[in-house]
Amino acid sequence: MATPTEALESVMPATRELVLDLHRRMVRIRRFEERAGKLVESGDMPGFLHLYVGQEAVAAGVCSALTDADQITSTHRGHGHAIAKGADFRPMFAELYGKTTGYCKGRGGSMHIVDMNRGMLGANAIVGGGIPIAVGAAFASQYRGDGTVAVSFFGDGATNIGAFHESVNMAAVLNLPVVFVIENNGYAEFTPQDRHMKLTDIAERASSYGIPGVIVDGMDVLAVRNVALEAIERAKRGEGPTLIEAKTYRYFDHQGIKGMRILYRDPAEVEAWKTRDAINLIEAIGVERGLVSAEEFADIWAQTEADIDDGIEFARTSPDPDPVDILDDVYTT
Amino acid sequence: MLTDEIPEGLSVTTRELTYVKAFNEGMHQVMAEDPDVFLIGEDVAGYGGVFHMFDGLLTEFGATRVVDTPIAEQAIIGLGVGAAARGLRPVCDLMFMDFVGVAMDQIFNQAAKMKYMFGGNVSVPLTITTAGGAGMSAAAQHSQSLEAWLAHIPGLKVAMPASPYDAKGLIVGAIRDDNPTIVVLNKKMLGVKGPVPEELYSIPFGVANIVREGNNATIVAIGRMVVEAEKAAENLEKDGISVEIIDPRTVQPLDIDTIVTSVKKTNRVLVVHEAVEFGGIGAEISSQIQESAFDYLDAPVTRLAAPFAPVPFAPILENAYVPDAPRIEAVVRRLLERK
Repeated sequence: MATPTEALESVMPATRELVLDLHRRMVRIRRFEERAGKLVESGDMPGFLHLYVGQEAVAAGVCSALTDADQITSTHRGHGHAIAKGADFRPMFAELYGKTTGYCKGRGGSMHIVDMNRGMLGANAIVGGGIPIAVGAAFASQYRGDGTVAVSFFGDGATNIGAFHESVNMAAVLNLPVVFVIENNGYAEFTPQDRHMKLTDIAERASSYGIPGVIVDGMDVLAVRNVALEAIERAKRGEGPTLIEAKTYRYFDHQGIKGMRILYRDPAEVEAWKTRDAINLIEAIGVERGLVSAEEFADIWAQTEADIDDGIEFARTSPDPDPVDILDDVYTT
Repeated sequence: MLTDEIPEGLSVTTRELTYVKAFNEGMHQVMAEDPDVFLIGEDVAGYGGVFHMFDGLLTEFGATRVVDTPIAEQAIIGLGVGAAARGLRPVCDLMFMDFVGVAMDQIFNQAAKMKYMFGGNVSVPLTITTAGGAGMSAAAQHSQSLEAWLAHIPGLKVAMPASPYDAKGLIVGAIRDDNPTIVVLNKKMLGVKGPVPEELYSIPFGVANIVREGNNATIVAIGRMVVEAEKAAENLEKDGISVEIIDPRTVQPLDIDTIVTSVKKTNRVLVVHEAVEFGGIGAEISSQIQESAFDYLDAPVTRLAAPFAPVPFAPILENAYVPDAPRIEAVVRRLLERK
């Protein structure tokens, strides 16, 4: 993964409301992930988490352009998408704690978070597993003519799997209203991009399917939102799918905060990306353009902290599922 | 000749249709009834499907509802999963059962598990159609019977029609079912004729069909082996041996109660299927029978199935590979010899 060299700034138009909205989404993702990560590290929460810290602008920028009726599919790194799409902290923490009040009644855990009321068709533990499903969601949009679109989020690693190829081609030839968003964080698990493909710009793959490919700075939430809006409008006009490649970075390891403790990344690389932090950027824009004050931004951080405290408390005091119910919901009756 | 019991309420009919035409009629009628049903797959629209299962559907329902796709099984099934999660009723055709491998992640990790993993919040009313079975010189990768794989996955349902009546009733039942369901036609049975009511009807899942009543032995037969078992039974009848034939119709859910009731009556049971014997569905059925009816058995539960090899091409080999009526008859006689 190349260390970024160009200065980070955004010339995208922004209103006060938009800046506050995007900031809030990103801060909520950031703090949820950091605190959830600590809870797993301390053993308070079971399982393992794939944390979205650093990539917030991609989920926030894209989801800010969607309504609850639009569907997204996600990955094993799905908390960011869920939160950006409007998921609440209480059922999210409850799910991570395996409680009945969780989004999946404790049956799914981190990699299967779902919120159908918010159009979040589920996180997915199979790399590329969600991509064909988003194509199906878009098929339903087209079939019903309801004006909704579907968005599929996945990483650079997933673009090498067969399901990606089949899905993008299928969506292209059927002209489906779906937007494919590559979150290129430079690594497929522990393998850097230049060792898992020959391409540098994955958006070039779009031409293989006869669809537009767009590259965007994934740390610039306003830029992400704008390319997302363009792709969504294209889809709604019946012009088919777009492949968006957002260049981004995850600050933490593939899973957890300390991960597997394999030093496959140069610490200097991590620090370089942090100088381009998306949340810092939106705050700088808000303040410099006189749209939002520093105090107002600080309030969002504080409110988020309080919401997280509330979510954790709710989860900890929620009931555990009963093993007697273990066969519930295997089938729809 | 199969004697299907036509339930009360449906017209007793002398009208006969072939297995594939009965299936096709079911598709036409259920698509006319429910606008949320659509069909996608390779060559299902313009060509009507390689086995002509889908003839006439494009003409009747149009290109929005009957869709030809690229060759892309993961995307075909995945599209079905996503559309089903949003409340449509997709029918996704996989042509040959051997192709389930190409789409397997979407079938067993996605479709089958979404209801459970998502705490009941998402249903996947997806139907997958396919054709399995040997005897057509189609060789190893176009002749398999893989129902054991699918029946092993919690969340999936698997239907295997063994008559024209069942072909229509089970596809309708599958499409109306809110679960991911695979309907496995047998490609060697496409021309088999049988009585089929004209009206729209469905067959419930998890209810076995007692194809023939008898007292001396039970044969549990899967798919096309029902036809072979019937031929064997006719021959055994001439020697005064009366055989009861049970067709489970659906291997998941499996109607073990009907099977066990029969075994308790006859005390001897043969399970026959085209699939490879090791780890086949017969192993599950045998295990459940001996768990529930051990004290009623006068002979070990016996299986007749394909040997542990891929389906061979040469007709002489393929004929030796797939169980048939003479071999079924021989096994039943051996079962009865044991005192």
